[in-house]
Amino acid sequence: MNNAALTDLIIKMADDELIQGHRNSEWTGLGPVMEEDIAFSSMAQDKIGHAWALYRILHENLGGQDPDRFAFIRKEKAFKCSHLVEMPNGSYDFSLMRHFLFDHAETVRYESLRESSFEPFQQLSRKFKGELKYHTLHANAFIMQLSQANEESYARMQSALNDTIALAAGIFEPSAEYEEELMAAGVYPGEAALYHRWLDRIYPVLVKASLNLPEMSTVTPVFGGRKGFHTAYLEPLLKEMGEVFNLDTEANW
Amino acid sequence: MSQTILIEEVFQSLEHVMDPEIPVLSVVDLGMITGVDIEGEGVRIRMIPTFAACPAVSYIQQNIRKTVEQELGIAVTVEIDKEAHWHSNRMTDAAKEKLKNFGIAPPQVIEGEMRAEIMLETPCPHCGSEQTYLRSPFGSTLCRAIHYCRSCGQVFEQFKPLE
Repeated sequence: MNNAALTDLIIKMADDELIQGHRNSEWTGLGPVMEEDIAFSSMAQDKIGHAWALYRILHENLGGQDPDRFAFIRKEKAFKCSHLVEMPNGSYDFSLMRHFLFDHAETVRYESLRESSFEPFQQLSRKFKGELKYHTLHANAFIMQLSQANEESYARMQSALNDTIALAAGIFEPSAEYEEELMAAGVYPGEAALYHRWLDRIYPVLVKASLNLPEMSTVTPVFGGRKGFHTAYLEPLLKEMGEVFNLDTEANW
Repeated sequence: MSQTILIEEVFQSLEHVMDPEIPVLSVVDLGMITGVDIEGEGVRIRMIPTFAACPAVSYIQQNIRKTVEQELGIAVTVEIDKEAHWHSNRMTDAAKEKLKNFGIAPPQVIEGEMRAEIMLETPCPHCGSEQTYLRSPFGSTLCRAIHYCRSCGQVFEQFKPLE
């Protein structure tokens, strides 16, 4: 197996976790109710923990940099996160819908890695599975509650779904260079397969919540993030995230 | 000193290393220890964190090393076991009893695939009632959820079941 292909895949997964984790953490102290403040803060901690585990695989198995340096010193262009996770939190409905779509995407991805030919993925898959269940449990419960609460909340959930779906579909941007190789080597089933499994997961929840999933054939996924093309929101986020670390990159914590 | 006795002694010593977030439970109670090997003059202890992002891992690692070194006077290395992964069924029955007495509901036993329904009607650690509901799957630490007891009107925490 070619290390460059594996490295590319891991960076995409890890950067999504890191940036989504950072966005979740921005709800700390600002959640609409205390339980939600705690929930988004806890999920932030989980996501950043998952990013760290992935950066560690890069470091230990694939000759990559130290995880902290890799997370905090890289240039914006070297990040491979999807545009979905870069978007500012906006209002709570947007954040909640993003969390719902993102965590189901993560769930199908890590489930598929249970059978990966790359052994460190198998271990991650087992480790993350139970934790992700709590994330989707939380997301499903709140999507249902808010969609059924009153007309205003229903309308807001539907418009949040309309606003996030193309961005979320962008999670599954395949690599022109490495996709075939990773699939052939049995590392993972490929983005197209994961995309369909994801739709199968979110659809029943949306139906129960009486939300209408837009006709997916008319939705153009927002690609580009995986190739290093980002929204204007990533650069300031990275600056803020690395502010303390970059005061003294050689400091011992 | 024979090797089997020494391993037993290491486990006895490990029972004095408490979880920093739940001080009534030791690392052995929690099922965090996955292996103890005698190597030459020292001992190698393997452990696993409960949740992947547990912020207390290196602190616990240090506590294990210091405690066992001090109590048994041998060199200790503590490693994170990458092969094993923690799940809540690893917690001993005695540990669950201690947890309940401490005021935290213990995790239910998971059989097969873990389902969300398992967390409904978690018995209240204060009054024992099953008239409870899950308020949030997230609590004050990564390993806890928040429930509400309709019978005694108290909010209580639970150590989450994790598969």
